[in-house]
Order: sequence, then structure tokens, then C-alpha cells
Amino acid sequence: MKMLFLIWNNLKRKKVRTLLTMLSILVAFLLYGYLVAIRKAFDMGVEVAGADRLVVTHKVSIIQLLPISYVSRLRSVEEVESVAYALWFGGYYQDPKNNMFGQIAVVPEDYFDLYPEFLLAPEQMEAWKATRTGAVVGRATAEKFDWNIGDKVPLTATIWPKKDGDRTWEFDIVGIYDGKEKSTDTTQFLFRYDYFDEARRDSEGMVGWYMVRVRDPDRAAETASEINAMFANSPYETKAETEMAFIQGFAKQVGNIGAIMVAILSAVFFTILLVAGNTMAQSVRERIGEIGVLKSLGFRDGQVLALILAESCLLACLGGGVGLALAWFMIAGGDPTGGALPIFFFPLDDLGIGVVLVLGLGLAAGLLPALQAGRLRIAEALRRA
Amino acid sequence: MSTDDRPLIQATGLTKNFTRGAETIHVLNRLDLEVPRGEFLALMGPSGSGKSTLLNLVGGLDRPTEGAIEVAGERIDDMSGGRLAQWRSRHVGLVFQFYNLMPVLTAERNVDLPLLLTHLSKRERRAHVEAALKVVGMGHRARHYPRQLSGGEQQRVGIARAIVTDPTLLLCDEPTGDLDRKSGDEVLNLLQALNREQGKTIIMVTHDPHAAARASRVLYMDEGHLSTEKPE
Repeated sequence: MKMLFLIWNNLKRKKVRTLLTMLSILVAFLLYGYLVAIRKAFDMGVEVAGADRLVVTHKVSIIQLLPISYVSRLRSVEEVESVAYALWFGGYYQDPKNNMFGQIAVVPEDYFDLYPEFLLAPEQMEAWKATRTGAVVGRATAEKFDWNIGDKVPLTATIWPKKDGDRTWEFDIVGIYDGKEKSTDTTQFLFRYDYFDEARRDSEGMVGWYMVRVRDPDRAAETASEINAMFANSPYETKAETEMAFIQGFAKQVGNIGAIMVAILSAVFFTILLVAGNTMAQSVRERIGEIGVLKSLGFRDGQVLALILAESCLLACLGGGVGLALAWFMIAGGDPTGGALPIFFFPLDDLGIGVVLVLGLGLAAGLLPALQAGRLRIAEALRRA
Repeated sequence: MSTDDRPLIQATGLTKNFTRGAETIHVLNRLDLEVPRGEFLALMGPSGSGKSTLLNLVGGLDRPTEGAIEVAGERIDDMSGGRLAQWRSRHVGLVFQFYNLMPVLTAERNVDLPLLLTHLSKRERRAHVEAALKVVGMGHRARHYPRQLSGGEQQRVGIARAIVTDPTLLLCDEPTGDLDRKSGDEVLNLLQALNREQGKTIIMVTHDPHAAARASRVLYMDEGHLSTEKPE
């Protein structure tokens, strides 16, 4: 610690250069924060996906509907414990841009039974069951639009008009659900399927997909095959798969997000390594004589090497630390897309990896100049002073 | 002969060769040197005669190609790098022609540098730094950066840095070479006082006969050999 002033003063030697390097590192780690948050936003569904849940969709595409009659046949499968169904509404609130939250028609008890990570007060569930036009909304969306229980919320349908052709559906907010975990999606807008099915003009008796809980998650694949076989050669063939596989397939439509993020971050960190390494190399080159003086005073090669590495690490920590902190606070401010990424946060484990990367960057950037300084012969260095 | 009766520095058969490409340059050639404790020795000679090389060897900054160097009873030519560095920090104070102060540190921080290698507390270090700066008459400029000091003042700070650890030996490589006559005289007065009043053993390399006249003994170097006589 007593050498800290020496390290700090050396960093201040060329203030503009140090500041620019720090800013580069800061931006790199700010970008790191956002990229891992985006990757998590895509992965999170996979990570939280229930191992005991299957999703059953039409074999051709998720936008193809399935008949509601499948529910009893699915319940008859021995390995199936419970079944719920849902239908995508695809509307918006007030402005077509306000469509970044899932609006889903469900059967209240069935849906919440399948998703225990959604927490709803029992009295709100009772109110929902008693109100045909009732809707339950996730905390994030409720806060976003400042909705409270008792509010009447109109949603404009883009897919489903009412029988009279009207596209405005009014719902009464009867409950607000919370997530069990930070990673639980609390953006959904859930309303009753029976009310919706009765009032819509088209496709009565059809649902979007089924969620199935199996008794034995280890046999999920076999159960999925059994379900698919049950509806094979029917007009509505199914594709049953684990929820994890379903979400992964969904995310892969965008591309291999993880690989894309890793590629971008690798390029960014490689560039930053060159920038920081160049700064350190220049800094050491400029004070060969001073390093010689330090050694002549009795500083050992290892001490000189440690000083340069510490300086490099301090530079990385200042830039990277501020970058990570800034990323943390900015990401805590919420999803920058206005709803496209319902689960958006900077995970603690990735923050930890960020800290390790900061130190790694500091060590890697300083290593070559530090070795050069450590090996420097005193007489030679003093001649160049 | 007791330890105190023996010369502080005893170098025997010192040879130093440098290689430049295929060429070998013989800088010191089987040189012997004895410096008694408390002596103020001036080394004179033309450029390239090996004065600074000899100073580097005696100060443990470089190693001889052949020969042995004993300082205060310790062989330094065969010490490991780490041990030699430790030995330097305890026994050697260096004064350079161009002062070689750290430009980013104040005078007091510069003087504090060698003390960072000791186990002294911050308070003890501060006391040592203040005392050293006072000895060289620079106590009032402790918080100034080198760029805010004149050449003579910078050299005095350099001397404070050299003596702050109370070293056995003070090695000065042309300490007045970059100074005007007045500042040079002040620095020489200081070195002389350190030698006479504090008993510091000093070896000073100089081109300046006026500076050499302040020493208690003058040796001349020419083509790697030492002599008491000024070469033709």
C-alpha cells in the first residue's frame, strides 16, 4: 500500500492519455454489461423453464391453432399431471407501439397451477374467477402503464375482432402478480379465455398452445413422443417438446445469441487489450531511466515488475470498475427497448466475471511492459535516462 | 587486522568487458582499488576511460567480467540479483549528474523512495525525509516538484535521497557536471560536509579539476587502469 502513491502518480503522468485509455475501458465494460444483460434476456426463459413442463403446439407452426378438445385427451395421458392452454392476443394499449408485453387468454387456475413462479394473492384469484372481463397483469407492466386494481383497461386487437367487428376489448384489472425470482417474467397481461372465446368473431374453440406438466421430468421426452403419436395423422398434428427446448427454439430464430455476444465481446476486449497494452508499453518506454533509478535505489526486479502490473491493473480497475458500475445502474433503470426484453438485468455472476475480466485485462496489458522493465539492466537504463 | 582497519572497499583484479556485435571492448583491465572508510575519493579521466563503469561495479549496479569486490567485508560480485538489490538499498547512496529525480513526485516523495524498501513506519519515514532535506538545506522546498526547482536545488534533493537511508557509501557520478559554478560549489560544499562531519565515504567521478580538488585523494583512470598520476 505504501507504494500506491508511486503507482498513482505514474498514472497521472500523462493525464489525457490515461483518461482516454480509461474511457475506452469504461465503454468496453459498459458494453459488456449491456451485452450480458441482453444475452440473459434471451437465455433467461431457458434457465427458468420448468423441467417438468412440456409445450404442445401445432406441428407446422406456433401460429397455427389447436382445438380445445385436445385438453381432455392430453389429461388422459398417464404421465400427464395437469394441462393448461393459452392463446396469444397480440394487441396494444392506446398506441400501437405499446405492444411489448404478452397478452394471453388463459384459464386462471390452470395457468397459475402450471406456473407457480407467478405469485398472485388468493383474494385476487377469487376476484378473477368471479369477473369474466377480469385480467391479471404482471408487476412490471402494471408499473409501466400505472395500472392499478379496479382500473378498466382497453386493448386494441390486431388479430381478434369481436363478433360485432369491434377491435377494442375492455378488461378490468383484478390482480397484479409478482415473480418468485428476479428472473420471472412479470410483463404478461392475462385474461380469461372463456370471456374471450365467447366474444371473438373467429376460430371459436381453438387455442394457441397447451402447457403440460408431466409426473416424471426424466421421462419428459417419452411423454412428448406419446402426445405427438396420439395426434399423428389428424388435421391438427402436434409438436410436443420440453419448455426449455421450446424457448431455445424460439431464441434461435434470432440466431445463436450467446455465440454472437461472445464474438462481439471477444473483439471488443481484444481491441481494448491492445489499447491498454499500448498505453502501458509507451508509459514504460518513456521512463526507462526512472526504472533504472528505482533499481539503483534497491528496488528488486520483481518489485519493479509488480509496480508496473499494479499500475496496469489500477488503470483497468478505474476504467472497468466505473464501466461496470455504470452498466449496473443503467441496466437497473430497465429494459431500453421499452418491453422487448421483459427480463432485463445485470446478473451478479456476470458482474463477478466482469471484475475478473477487469483484473485479467490489467494483468494482460501490463505483462509485457512489466517483464521488460523487470529485466532491464540498471547500467543500460541509466545510460538512457 | 580488525574489520574497521580494513579498507571499506577492496577491489582486486577487476576486469570489465562489453561486447558490441563481434567486437569486445575492454573497459577495465585487472584493476585494483582500495578505499579506506571515511575517504573522499575523486576519480578523474577522459570520457570512455571507465570511471563510471568502475563506479557502477563498486555500487553493485553492474557485475565485473572478472575480479572480486568487497565492500564493508561483503563480497558483492557474486551476490544474487535480489540480494545485491537489498545490499544496494542498505549500503549505497547514488548521486547522478542529471539528478534523476522522478518528475511526478515532490521533493519529499523523491527522498522517501529508498525508505519504501525499509520497514519504517510512515511517521518514521517522514522524520527521516525531513532530516535529510534539512541537511541539504531543502526543507522549505519539500512540497515542490523537480520542475519547480533549479538545477542546484534538484541536485541537493538528489543528495538528500542518497543519504536518507544513511548508507555506508556515497557514489557521485559527475554531481556538478550539469551545474553552474556557484551551484556546483554549493553541492561540493555539501559533499565535503557530509564527508567531514558525518564521516561518509564518497567516491566522486568528475571531469572538473576544481571539483576534484575538494576530495582527499584523486585517482586518474586511463584505458582501464588507475593511477595517482595524471596521464599525459
